Amino acid sequence: MVIEYADLECPYCAQAHLILKELPVTRVFRHFPVVSKHPRARVLAAAAEAAGLQGHFWDMHDSLLEDQGHLDDPHLWERARELGLDLDRFEQDRRSEAVEARVGTDFRSGIRAGVATTPTQFLHGRAHPGVPGASFRDALRSSPR
Amino acid sequence: MIEAGAAAPGFTLRDHTGSEVSLEDFRGRTAVLVFYPADFSPTCTDQLSVYQEVLGEFEERDATLLGISVDGSFCHKAFREHLGTEIPLLADFHPKGEVARAYGVWSDEYGVAGRALVMVGPDGTVEWSYMSPPLEVPGANLIFDALDQRTPA
Repeated sequence: MVIEYADLECPYCAQAHLILKELPVTRVFRHFPVVSKHPRARVLAAAAEAAGLQGHFWDMHDSLLEDQGHLDDPHLWERARELGLDLDRFEQDRRSEAVEARVGTDFRSGIRAGVATTPTQFLHGRAHPGVPGASFRDALRSSPR
Repeated sequence: MIEAGAAAPGFTLRDHTGSEVSLEDFRGRTAVLVFYPADFSPTCTDQLSVYQEVLGEFEERDATLLGISVDGSFCHKAFREHLGTEIPLLADFHPKGEVARAYGVWSDEYGVAGRALVMVGPDGTVEWSYMSPPLEVPGANLIFDALDQRTPA
């Protein structure tokens, strides 16, 4: 199992996603939006959580990371429509306090865990900052304890 | 590098606006000196962006973060705008690296400050210091831990 701290507007996170999705590992996603670097980061995190409330977190996550050129609100509505989401509910949820709190909890857990760059992957309790490379693959091959 | 218990060497440096900022100005508060090698380097960008996100929590604990590198005021100004950060950036520019040397965080090999954190308490005493291994970014958790562990006033 890998715990990923990522920002949905971060190009390195998009790169990490393409690598991780090909690996035989269960992925746990935690939001780490860095707004000063990526102005839409929190908006996108909330959109993914709102989609999650309708059972489509990973679909929205994949959709955002696999096309980072279209991240404005109309693009989010289009994505939500494509996923068959109830658009009114999506709009309400992504602006809700519950969703904001959820993203904030993820972010603070990342700060406590020492995350200082996105993406950061945790595997077997060890941090692997940056796009997963050789050392991450090696750690993945070694048996978990 | 300078260690807990030492008197923090005083300094006056120009910030990103060209105004003079002294360590003395922060008496009665906690000043966290964030020494870093260079404006615009990818690692420093990550570090300060993440700190920016939790600046409010540092403020709540009466702690002010001060970035210090050998870059000049104009470079700092551009870097701050680039990052969208509110962290004041101080120019350890002339004589180059004098403050980094005083705190024992200077790298002679690279001619820049190492990536180091120094927490100066309200009375001007160093309460905690930390030097990062090369290419590793110290998480904000280290600063929070240090604030948690401080001796109560």
